[in-house]
Amino acid sequence: MPKKENLSKVMVIGSGPIIIGQAAEFDYAGSQACRALKEEGLEVVLVNSNPATIMTDTHIADRVYIEPLTAEFLANIIAKERPDGLLATLGGQAGLNLAVQLAEKGVLEKYEVELLGTPLGAIEQAEDRERFKETMQKLGEPIPESMIVEDVPAAVAFAKEIGYPVIVRPAYTMGGTGGGIAENEEELIETVIKGLTYSMIGQVLIERSVAGWKEIEYEVMRDGNDTCITVCNMENFDPVGVHTGDSIVVAPSQTLTDHEYQMLRSASLRIIRELGIEGGCNAQYALDPNSNRYYVIEVNPRVSRSSALASKATGYPIAKVSAKIAIGYTLDEITNAVTQKTKACFEPALDYCVVKFPRWPFDKFVYADHTLGTQMKATGEVMSMDRNFEGALLKAVRSLEIGVHRLHMEKMEEWDDARVKKALSRINDERIFAIAEALRRGIATVDAIHDITKIDKWFLHKIQHITDVENRLTKEALTPKLMFAAKDVGLADRSIAELTKRTTDEIRTLRKSMDILPCYKMVDTCAAEFEAATPYYYSTFHAQEDEVRPSNARKVIVLGSGPIRIGQGVEFDYCSVHSVWALREMGIEAIIINNNPETVSTDFDISDRLYFEPLTTEDVLNIIDKEKPDGVIVQFGGQTAINLAASLQKAGVKVFGTSVDDIDRAEDRERFDEVLTQTKIPRPEGISVTNLRDAITGAARIGYPVMVRPSYVLGGRAMEIVYNEAELRDYMSRAVKVTPDHPVLVDRYMQGTEVEVDGISDGTDVVIPGIMEHVERAGVHSGDSIAVYPPQTLHAKILYTIVDYTKRLAAALHVKGLLNIQFVVAGGEVYIIEVNPRSSRTVPFLSKVTNVKMVNLATRIALGSTLKALGWHSGLVPPKPYVAVKAPVFSFAKMTDVDIALGPEMKSTGEAMGIDYHYARALYKAIIGSGIHVPMKGCILFTVADKDKDEMKQLVKAFSELGFAIAATEGTAKAIWGMGIDAEVVGKVHERSADIIEWIKSGRINMVINTLTQGKSSAKDGFKIRRATVEHGIACLTSLDTAWEVLRVLSFMRDRRLVYSLAIQDYVGGGDDLA
Amino acid sequence: MKGKLILEDGTVFYGDLLNDFKATGEVVFNTGMVGYQESLTDPSYCAQILTLTYPLVGNYGIAELFMQSRKSFVAGFVIGDLCTDGSNWHYEKSLAAFLTEQKVPCLYNVDTRAITRHIRAAGTMKGIIVSEKAAKDAADALMATPIRREVVEAVTTPKAYDMECERRGAPFVVAMDFGVKQNILDSMHRKGFRLKVVPAHTTAEEVLAMNPDGVFLSNGPGDPADVPEIAAEIKKLFGKKPIFGICLGHQLIAIAMGAKTYKLKFGHRGTNQPVKDLRTGKVQISAQNHGFAVDAASLEGLPLAVTHVNVNDGTVEGMRHKELPIFSVQYHPEAAPGPDDNMYLFEEFRAMLEKGE
Repeated sequence: MPKKENLSKVMVIGSGPIIIGQAAEFDYAGSQACRALKEEGLEVVLVNSNPATIMTDTHIADRVYIEPLTAEFLANIIAKERPDGLLATLGGQAGLNLAVQLAEKGVLEKYEVELLGTPLGAIEQAEDRERFKETMQKLGEPIPESMIVEDVPAAVAFAKEIGYPVIVRPAYTMGGTGGGIAENEEELIETVIKGLTYSMIGQVLIERSVAGWKEIEYEVMRDGNDTCITVCNMENFDPVGVHTGDSIVVAPSQTLTDHEYQMLRSASLRIIRELGIEGGCNAQYALDPNSNRYYVIEVNPRVSRSSALASKATGYPIAKVSAKIAIGYTLDEITNAVTQKTKACFEPALDYCVVKFPRWPFDKFVYADHTLGTQMKATGEVMSMDRNFEGALLKAVRSLEIGVHRLHMEKMEEWDDARVKKALSRINDERIFAIAEALRRGIATVDAIHDITKIDKWFLHKIQHITDVENRLTKEALTPKLMFAAKDVGLADRSIAELTKRTTDEIRTLRKSMDILPCYKMVDTCAAEFEAATPYYYSTFHAQEDEVRPSNARKVIVLGSGPIRIGQGVEFDYCSVHSVWALREMGIEAIIINNNPETVSTDFDISDRLYFEPLTTEDVLNIIDKEKPDGVIVQFGGQTAINLAASLQKAGVKVFGTSVDDIDRAEDRERFDEVLTQTKIPRPEGISVTNLRDAITGAARIGYPVMVRPSYVLGGRAMEIVYNEAELRDYMSRAVKVTPDHPVLVDRYMQGTEVEVDGISDGTDVVIPGIMEHVERAGVHSGDSIAVYPPQTLHAKILYTIVDYTKRLAAALHVKGLLNIQFVVAGGEVYIIEVNPRSSRTVPFLSKVTNVKMVNLATRIALGSTLKALGWHSGLVPPKPYVAVKAPVFSFAKMTDVDIALGPEMKSTGEAMGIDYHYARALYKAIIGSGIHVPMKGCILFTVADKDKDEMKQLVKAFSELGFAIAATEGTAKAIWGMGIDAEVVGKVHERSADIIEWIKSGRINMVINTLTQGKSSAKDGFKIRRATVEHGIACLTSLDTAWEVLRVLSFMRDRRLVYSLAIQDYVGGGDDLA
Repeated sequence: MKGKLILEDGTVFYGDLLNDFKATGEVVFNTGMVGYQESLTDPSYCAQILTLTYPLVGNYGIAELFMQSRKSFVAGFVIGDLCTDGSNWHYEKSLAAFLTEQKVPCLYNVDTRAITRHIRAAGTMKGIIVSEKAAKDAADALMATPIRREVVEAVTTPKAYDMECERRGAPFVVAMDFGVKQNILDSMHRKGFRLKVVPAHTTAEEVLAMNPDGVFLSNGPGDPADVPEIAAEIKKLFGKKPIFGICLGHQLIAIAMGAKTYKLKFGHRGTNQPVKDLRTGKVQISAQNHGFAVDAASLEGLPLAVTHVNVNDGTVEGMRHKELPIFSVQYHPEAAPGPDDNMYLFEEFRAMLEKGE
């Protein structure tokens, strides 16, 4: 029973869709919290709009609402569920902001809901800059000189007073949205304007910059009895100036003396006590590297990304303990889940070094500004552990999957010394590689690099240790001593092979013959002081004793999906976790390997054993050597795991599920063509070319527009639609490096309806839980499209064909487990676009709305069962009487210089779901949930390509009928007048002073409908317009299909504002009578 | 040079030798992640081979400022990675240079987690540090060397000295040095005490002759049962002066009262030990370094109340006399290394003395 005896039902708010700055860590935190509450016998009501999460599984909470995270919806659910308490500190900034809104609107008071955990006053005291400043001043905690401003002149005046550079931080935002460092007045004005737009309360803070100081963080816990502990401290490799989410972070701090460590620790305890936080809290400091001076930079009165990291780094479950504190327990009453003997009231002692490395989306957003500053840009992160820093750092680098396996970028080899040196002063994602390159070449000393970068020499010396060994490997004989030195600094066999000009296999064999093998150590929160039962391990070559005692049980390794990135998000973690659960249900020991600290899969009590390791062939094989499992499952870990299948099989490892050869038949263009010929399934005409000439003649034959992309893609990387030869030439020279080994695919672009199917096959039968129809026509990446289940516009014959094709493909590819197929329907015909013989990003969504345990089934089949044996019939599962809509969510606000127009390259970072018995309502919920600011009235600007003008006219008419004012540039406006509709004329970009951008800035436009136009200058204008909408937080629809659906939502809203919410349990529980 | 740590039960751990000093001592582990210099110079580690569980050591070098006594008294130092490129604005010299200068035998590149796991299961035991090539009989002879027992004698100040205080009306305390850590004296001094630090074997008579407002009994090395003569002197102070004891001082108060102490399996050494104040229910994180504890059962019938217990294992962490102004804690409020959470105890002592006036 909870300590607070008045509680029997508690509502938990999730963090919603994944965006930069608010990612999978809140699924981890939320799931853990829900489980902790249920454990206490509480009824848990969960609200989260993100279907890709474990926390929205029906067994995590008693009542799961996948509904938009707005105060309106939450109030509605509160009125219905009447919870006794509300826990909002585990849903990130989104959850916290909602709690504040619910309190301010009087909802909590009206329904007598107690805000659990940190009190509202504390939240406001930490979040409101002015009150935070007062609090810190009262405590005598130094904070950088700062002032809150609500307009530009005040900002400029204050900056003059304290001097540049200054930091601009908007109040009440997450991930530092809209903030930045300003070096001068011009930059200040720009940043302040942006910041004011993003702040929920129209305030920004102008602050003295302490760039270059050490950045240190503490994770602190406090209970209702005022007992406080720090769970972990962390030191940023990158000095103050780079957002902590974009910094390489090490835990515990490495360069702090005990005095410095305790000074900041004590400050953290004073702060959490003064704020009266009950639960977890994060405090960030800038520490002068040359004195005892420090500043408090920020305090987060909630569980954060850093707390997820701290939890994984120490084994201390912050979210779980926070939840228990929220319902009245004190720290000394909560059991330490790791030791099962000691209590949660202690401070974890680490006996290893942890490194976190951010994963940036610059591989997708090639043209984005790579500069790192106060605005977070990383979509995800990896974590690694070792007994030394060097090993942990290189493990982290290997885990990133950015095409590097050590601190070495191939392209830098071609750079001259001057260029490498220049790169040292650029704060971006490549800086650490430039540092290593400079040290490797010996063109800059540690001291010199420190002077430029302000990175502590301790870190730089460690990098030098690595490059010194690298240099020795290129010169000296590979003796056992040198081999050990190489492994000791964390170099992979592959790196050693590259440096000694041998093959990786040779190095592996040689190394094993030298008896240089990794040891596995346990993460136990207490540095081995107490016996622990946590099956949570990391490898090290820096040890004498291996702690893993493999069992003789039947066991299977599930490969995880690594860092969250665009195209491979939390969905794949969902699948990995469910596969582990299925294995355990079957009585098989489930082992997971993953390196993402934000996820549920790396929670130590999910699997029988967790190995926190890079997902490379070597790292995985080392674990296999140790564990000797029956085999591995690769189909749930996205492309990360699939990419390892071939090399693991080659090493003699059993790969469960679809065979490696059949995976290749689906992925290899030519082999897949054979499959299609054999199964008589049409695909859009296309060719594979290896040079420009063939591309041009091929495209001419197929006919423009054509879709071009490199082979082997995930998330539509470098995929484009080109409309003519000039664009094709440009693409071939710019976007891809085309070689005989890396052909480019040129396909006919079919402007039809895209349809997506996920199925489970045993090679004979196929179960199709559902079919999803995409709102946006083909050409928009499936991950960026609005997907609707079940299809709303497709003819029965089409659906029949889709099911038939799916069956044929599953049989032809001998799929054993999940498969995902994308079709395009054009001119009444069904064509196939691609098949992925693995889990896809729609699996969690479809599993939830259809109530088919897809991953569980697929896991059982991969291990040898059949659908028949599991009681399933081949074919499409009858569609449910309700509709579910999945809408993409973007993080464009964080990525300047990225074009927001939808296309074949995936750009979204997350998704929101809407579910209802009526399509329009489900759509409304999805769109609201996805954060599109749909205006109820005001002015819509149309600026579309010529090819879209006719369709635009219909849209103009429809929006105008809903009472919207219309704005357009002169030519378009004339056409609109021709229809008898009034339209305001707005100047093209830079055409006159009152141009489009000005209109957007000044708030005269409430929504923009813009399609991509051809031609260099108009394309540039389009880009500027789209970016302006992002910077000013207004909706911009770049697909007319989306515009039509928004229109549908708006007219629905006009007619019937009534919105009601049901729990997923109500929908899937078969309450058809509610329809 | 390759070297090894051999435990009394024959277990061997391998590493590299920093210097060629030999070591014999009781092998103990400390789980703190920072503060290696403070631990190395904590006199309570006298005659012990100290191993650190945190594997990266020497990161910020050595600075005079952080010395806890005039020198390091450890018998040996066993660690993981020995950092040669320390970095910090306090940095004065490298850890390696310090160890060699202090003649501390040091074995590094050792799997100290493995040592900890072994000791956790088998209990603290004797060990030696020798070179890998050391002859078996030489090693055996070293192992046979008894561990030094007159440790308090070895670490206490040779002669008394004063720490004056400018503050008017500062209470005057005689601090009995059984191996006192510098930060205890510094903390008391900062909190406004006037101190006279006296050698361990100063008699009660001598102490009382100094007419202090209170007596402080310091931490120190070894088994409290080995110094009954000191406990006997302490007993004579009861009822005469307010007393505050830390660590060994705490244990000696218990013995002087007639209670017993016992040896813990592997002790408490680290900076993360949770201590619950039974009067408020609040828990503070404490720095600890002790291998012995007061036997709670032996307190029965004595005028001593247990005020603090360890949350992990329930052992006695603090006591207060039911009538007299005497209290003590097993842990280290002065920290260094460790959390500053318990500095309030010095204030309580001051309040106790001021109230007495």
